[in-house]
Amino acid sequence: MSGIGPPEAQLPPTGTGGNRASRILAWGRETEGARSVLVAMASTVVFVAVVLVVVLNSSGWPLVKQAFFNGKIFKESFAGIRTAFRVNVEMFLIAEVFILVFALFLAVLRSLTGPVFFPLRALAIVYTDLFRGVPTILVIFILGFGAPSLAIKGVPNSPFFWGIVSLVLVYSAYVAEVYRAGIESVHASQVAAARSLGLSRWQSLRFVVLPQAVRRVIPPLLNDFIGLQKDTALVASIGVVESFRQAQIDSAATFNFTPYLCTALLFIIITIPLARFTDWLIARDRRRRQAGAG
Amino acid sequence: MTDPRPAVGASGEALRLEDVHKSFGKLEVLRGIDLTVAEHEVICLIGASGSGKSTLLRCVNLLEPVDSGRIVVEGEEITARGVDVNAIRRQVGIVFQAFNLFPHMTVVRNVTLSPREVLGVDKATAEAEAIELLERFGLADKRDEYPDRLSGGQQQRVAIVRALAVKPKIMLLDEVTSALDPELVAEVLNVIKELAASGMTMMIATHEMGFAKDIANRICFLDQGKILEEGPPARIFSDPQNPRTREFLQRIIEAGRM
Repeated sequence: MSGIGPPEAQLPPTGTGGNRASRILAWGRETEGARSVLVAMASTVVFVAVVLVVVLNSSGWPLVKQAFFNGKIFKESFAGIRTAFRVNVEMFLIAEVFILVFALFLAVLRSLTGPVFFPLRALAIVYTDLFRGVPTILVIFILGFGAPSLAIKGVPNSPFFWGIVSLVLVYSAYVAEVYRAGIESVHASQVAAARSLGLSRWQSLRFVVLPQAVRRVIPPLLNDFIGLQKDTALVASIGVVESFRQAQIDSAATFNFTPYLCTALLFIIITIPLARFTDWLIARDRRRRQAGAG
Repeated sequence: MTDPRPAVGASGEALRLEDVHKSFGKLEVLRGIDLTVAEHEVICLIGASGSGKSTLLRCVNLLEPVDSGRIVVEGEEITARGVDVNAIRRQVGIVFQAFNLFPHMTVVRNVTLSPREVLGVDKATAEAEAIELLERFGLADKRDEYPDRLSGGQQQRVAIVRALAVKPKIMLLDEVTSALDPELVAEVLNVIKELAASGMTMMIATHEMGFAKDIANRICFLDQGKILEEGPPARIFSDPQNPRTREFLQRIIEAGRM
């Protein structure tokens, strides 16, 4: 999206009304904006053309086309992979709910002040250090293969369940840090004001600090949510047949890589809107802050 | 002052400080403060920045714990061990220089937060009381606005209303006009004058000497964490005894602030 040109290009036209000088100024800005859009478009076209010419004329292209961009196989495997993709969607939707709650709990534990709470604070720190330090796929392996062997009564044994648990544990560590950054960004004077009105420590946190903190960290939270969506594919490693595993199966049956492309496409279809939405939120936030400062 | 203001001290003592000390690390900010405030009395604390005015007010509200000494509010020692800090804070309202309104809440929610969540007043009653207070200070039409849509003067008046909504017995005002554009100072000072007229006991840290002269029953001059001089405004401003008070007032006059 960086090829669109300078930010003036996105400003709404300002040529309505006003005196002559400002009209000329606005006209100048508009033509400049239009010109930069043209330049951006032209450079994009040239860039894409060059890449296409290089790739399509490479000696290996016919083979790659056959192995990755096979229309027939794409059509055949798409429906199955799309069905399997529902498992990914289920996993990240369920995991996200638990992550948002559990991570907030961790962040609150970590922001407790006072020597009495030291053990709780320490626990939260150890937790985040541990789960941010271990690769996600290892956690999935260890829990997915290890936990069912415990055969605890009432706890499901399915890899689907333990896959979600792993994602919740790992992502809560990241999201807790995001929340904590938000909590710490709320100025101490807000707490002083709340306490001076007789609110308890907990009430200050609940009514004054957390609402402001959460609002500020929504964009980074969505960012982690995008990461989570993609990492659901890792759960394939313990035998859950989600879209990536389905693509592996199809690929093994046809000796063709096109099914992977199919999976990639599905992931892109759901992550891109969220990414743009996150950008939009950040931009809106910035505009608001600038308006507030002015 | 010729107004129906209740007689100062008619019903006794509101606040007493005994040898209050407070340090931040090595920096001694309060070095033995003794002060008694009568019911309905208005005390103005004057003194240079860093003389301890703000810290003194924050100690009375227990936002800062004192190192030694006693603070007694309405006969109850609030610096004793095991007191209910939250209950004491309800007796003592404080308004800050930087307003500190909650930016994510509307004006009426800012004002009703404590009555509803702390005092347990139901929503309808709390809002009715809030609107009554907002009306009294000319803010009724702002009830559903968010703080960042208000001018500084309006925000500070909302902050005063918010503190009053908890029905405190004493109000502490910490340089409440220092962050305001000059043209907005008067509207806030008028609110404080009205409060004084209604008999509210107040301790006011201020740089507005003209205002202090008008409103205070007593002026306390703080210097390096001690009350160097106190007395009725007429005497302090016209005939200061302590050389440091004289020096301070001279600087204020030179700066054209009096």
